[in-house]
Amino acid sequence: MSLWVDKHRPRDLMKLDYHKDQALRLKNLVQQSDFPHLLVYGPSGAGKKTRIMCLLRELYGSGAERLRQETMHFTTPSNKKIEIMTVSSNYHIEVNPTDVGIHDRVVIMDLVKNVAQTHQIDSSGQREFKVVILNEVDDLTKDAQHALRRTMEKYVTTCRLILIANSISRVIPAIRSRCLTIRVPAPTETEIASVLHAVCKKEGLSLPSELAMRIAKCADRNLRRALLMCESCKVQQYPFTPDQKVPEPDWQIYIRDTASLALSEQSPKKLGEVRQKLYELIIHGIPPDIIFAGLLKELVRNCDMAMKCQVANHAAQFEHRMRLGNKPIFHLEAFVAKFMAIYKKFVEESLGDAF
Amino acid sequence: MQAFLKTGKISSADKPSSSGVKSVKKKPPAPWVEKYRPKTIDDIVDQTEVVQVLRECLAGGDLPHLLFYGPPGTGKTSAILAAARQLFGDITRDRVLELNASDERGIQVIRDKVKSFSQLTVSSTRPDGRPCPPYKLVILDEADSMTTAAQAALRRTMEKETRTTRFCLICNYVSRIIPPITSRCSKFRFKPLARENVIKRLRDVCEAEGVDVGDGEILHEAVDTCEGDLRRALTALQCCQRLIGKITSDGLIEVTGLVPQKLTDEYLGIKNYSELEIFVENFLMEAYSASQLLEQLSATVVNAGHLTNKQKCVISEKVAVCSYRLLDGGAEVMQLTDLGCTIIMANNDP
Repeated sequence: MSLWVDKHRPRDLMKLDYHKDQALRLKNLVQQSDFPHLLVYGPSGAGKKTRIMCLLRELYGSGAERLRQETMHFTTPSNKKIEIMTVSSNYHIEVNPTDVGIHDRVVIMDLVKNVAQTHQIDSSGQREFKVVILNEVDDLTKDAQHALRRTMEKYVTTCRLILIANSISRVIPAIRSRCLTIRVPAPTETEIASVLHAVCKKEGLSLPSELAMRIAKCADRNLRRALLMCESCKVQQYPFTPDQKVPEPDWQIYIRDTASLALSEQSPKKLGEVRQKLYELIIHGIPPDIIFAGLLKELVRNCDMAMKCQVANHAAQFEHRMRLGNKPIFHLEAFVAKFMAIYKKFVEESLGDAF
Repeated sequence: MQAFLKTGKISSADKPSSSGVKSVKKKPPAPWVEKYRPKTIDDIVDQTEVVQVLRECLAGGDLPHLLFYGPPGTGKTSAILAAARQLFGDITRDRVLELNASDERGIQVIRDKVKSFSQLTVSSTRPDGRPCPPYKLVILDEADSMTTAAQAALRRTMEKETRTTRFCLICNYVSRIIPPITSRCSKFRFKPLARENVIKRLRDVCEAEGVDVGDGEILHEAVDTCEGDLRRALTALQCCQRLIGKITSDGLIEVTGLVPQKLTDEYLGIKNYSELEIFVENFLMEAYSASQLLEQLSATVVNAGHLTNKQKCVISEKVAVCSYRLLDGGAEVMQLTDLGCTIIMANNDP
């Protein structure tokens, strides 16, 4: 019994639900003699991984789907032992180098070297290269990215890299120019709705189209989230009704509460309460940049244009500082405090004008 | 020494058709940029002064220390590799040490590897008895990314070993090379390539590859999207050809990761905050790159006719700030919102 997301994941390039032109191009690419390094980028839940797995299947046949998990050990130059989880098949290995923080460079260099030094035993009828999949390339340190470009050139005969990133803004140009970049835009709401219908049909359920549309709207154009929501809807209540409540992620509601708390009263006491809530969010592993974006979206809702600009300006500034520092809470709190100050001043001025 | 040299990219100069590490027996298709790299200095596009000086040097058989600088894709690396090939012929492999930014290049490497390499004396005859220049060549590609300490470690080595070794430094910004180094080298500036020459070269390559480019209109677009960078234009053409099977302007935009001009104009014309929120969300969902948008935006703003000078100033300043924050790792959504607010304010206050 697996989740619908895994159960109904397309396994063949031709069976993908959207971006069909791109799928066709990828298929052509596999048939050509040279396969370049790939850089696949797009927002989460857009289907990057699905496309890559389909591509691997196209390259190596069903053998690429027999996966196993392994833990690999590396030693940094400063003699620190680090270990990292990898998922691999006979033909590829997948790793998330950001798991080891600043030591990602060692992982990349050693891992690619390991893979590249072992040739396929029987290369007849098979590809002569293996594939290394690196996740979250945009979060790699600059050091690791520079190490990548050398490795990419050096081991091009025996291994190809497939890099996955959410955005290429933070990938250095040198890597971008060495890869074939493939953009995977998020599916539109109608595309999500049609996928939901198709999945429900396979499960033997009937899904009202209003509900499908509403789930698609709530899911932020993230197909994975949409499918999970749909499944939890089913657990909540079946048969579906068009006006059924769509469960929203808890943290979104929580961020909204936090924002309304800051709007209700601007005082040091309230700031303390907001701080509690922010801590709560961070403890539960919500990434600080998502908290920031959520807060900004909620806070500016009833401000006038000049104030919105001010708030957005400060949000951008504090968010940037948060990246440079290492304790997100300070910057989140500073932003809320700044917002309170601006808001209070605004309210007082408008009250002053009234009298 | 042999093993050490193998790790460099030297071998690519030897047999430019395959990229060095690839085995010779099975020749996989090489990137066009490597395949069509100029083989002699006379093949180099433009740069007449540099080529002339190099030709004189080659005729005399002596080479000063060189410092090449200029924008990317103008033929700096190609020039020195071609010159090295002409100087050393088939012993290029033993005589040239090429290090670029992806090699380990801290002060330790300069002190150990480069120093020991440059101290070796070489004979003035080849193994088969013909004469050849009695020195070696060290090419330091992308030298502006070397640390100041590493550059400083280089200066004495450069002077002391002039008898046996010539250095060639290649960089984009000459201001990042410390003055003691620049004063020891003869400097050459590589100008941006003239448009017609770039197009001519692109057309030659396309013909050799059997790619249909029609009347050449598409090549003009390729040059536009790549800002005159010959290497980027070639890579884009090859990617486009590989992915789509033919070369189209949409395909070029797709493979170079450019943001369609329509979106840039839309961003610049935003009038209120709710529009901005929707635009930013859609923009990121379509997976375009924010830093690319900023780059194109700054070009658009400067040339925009409908903006007053004051508006241009305000927006350009903010573009600079946001672009810096983005490079530092700031979230795209925040920076785009911030910049968008500035644009709205500027639009409402001409």
